[in-house]
Amino acid sequence: MYIIVIGGGKVGYYLARTLLDEGHEIVVVEKDPVRTEFICSELGSVCVRGDGCEVATLTEVGTGRAEMFIAVTGDDEDNLVACQVAKHKFNVPRTVARINNPKNEAIFKELGIDVTVSSTNIILESIQEEVPTHPLTHLLDIRERGLEVVELKIPADAKTVGKEIRELSLPPESRLFLIIPKQEKPRVPTASTALQAEDQIIAVTTPESEEALRKALRGS
Amino acid sequence: MKVVIMGCGRVGARLAGLLDIEGHTVTIVDTDAYSFRRLPAEFGGTALVGNGMDEGSLKKAGIEEADAFISLTQGDNRNVMAAQIARNIFKVPRVLCRVYDPLRRELFNSLGIEAFSPTTIFAQMLKEKLETETEEAK
Repeated sequence: MYIIVIGGGKVGYYLARTLLDEGHEIVVVEKDPVRTEFICSELGSVCVRGDGCEVATLTEVGTGRAEMFIAVTGDDEDNLVACQVAKHKFNVPRTVARINNPKNEAIFKELGIDVTVSSTNIILESIQEEVPTHPLTHLLDIRERGLEVVELKIPADAKTVGKEIRELSLPPESRLFLIIPKQEKPRVPTASTALQAEDQIIAVTTPESEEALRKALRGS
Repeated sequence: MKVVIMGCGRVGARLAGLLDIEGHTVTIVDTDAYSFRRLPAEFGGTALVGNGMDEGSLKKAGIEEADAFISLTQGDNRNVMAAQIARNIFKVPRVLCRVYDPLRRELFNSLGIEAFSPTTIFAQMLKEKLETETEEAK
């Protein structure tokens, strides 16, 4: 497959290298002459010096026959314009843009870029997988007693929604002392108070029974 | 008319001044507060520090109620991206944009953005000027 890569920075260089190893035909377009020379010396003459948003440069590298066009410079606006030129002037079937500011993801989709890759979002997603989405938030440590005040939100899909406090197997060291429902006023829970979706719960617990408390309140 | 201008360079500042005198509501956005020194002393509009490619900054500048948006930064791609955000996301009725590169201008005109290339306009003007004066000299 003939693939054009715009931007010969670290992302562009390693991308080109990997795609070459996979047997694709690659051209990298890079503005900086020193960087262009470096890539050519490393990968063979696959790098052309020029502006990847300019029609003249893209004509020179034969964008008309490219099956894929990938813009990975460090500037979102350059990646957007390069992809738009490739799409509208050269009818490249597939355009991929790297996004640095995650907010631009929706904008790029709206403006007709086929695929967007946001390195910031990818890293954020893997962090969120590692860390539970609704963790306990530590509000206060009562260090001399070995206690802590924590906050926890009941997810809408929790198994405990609709259950009364007495039905929950709360660890003995923990006490719930305030429930802040999404709509209504905060209230002090009693044994017969039923949990509702999106309730915010303030509790006292020990560091050891934190996890047990989280499980008891969220039902998982 | 409510106008949002992105980029407070010489052209941006001058345009903001002209529109303001005529009674339009002008908001000018620039990433560098120092650039606002170019605005006329009697400028009655709003000068806002912010990035015109950022939805948040544009909302602060009142893009949702704007009748017109003009992008005049030094970067062609920045101008074009901001213009497309204004047009496609915020549905601003009138969007103008400066693009120095004449080739890119054609493309963006075909995408529905009113883009102007000072390169082309000024070169053409100089050429005409030169031709008329030679004729007068005859």
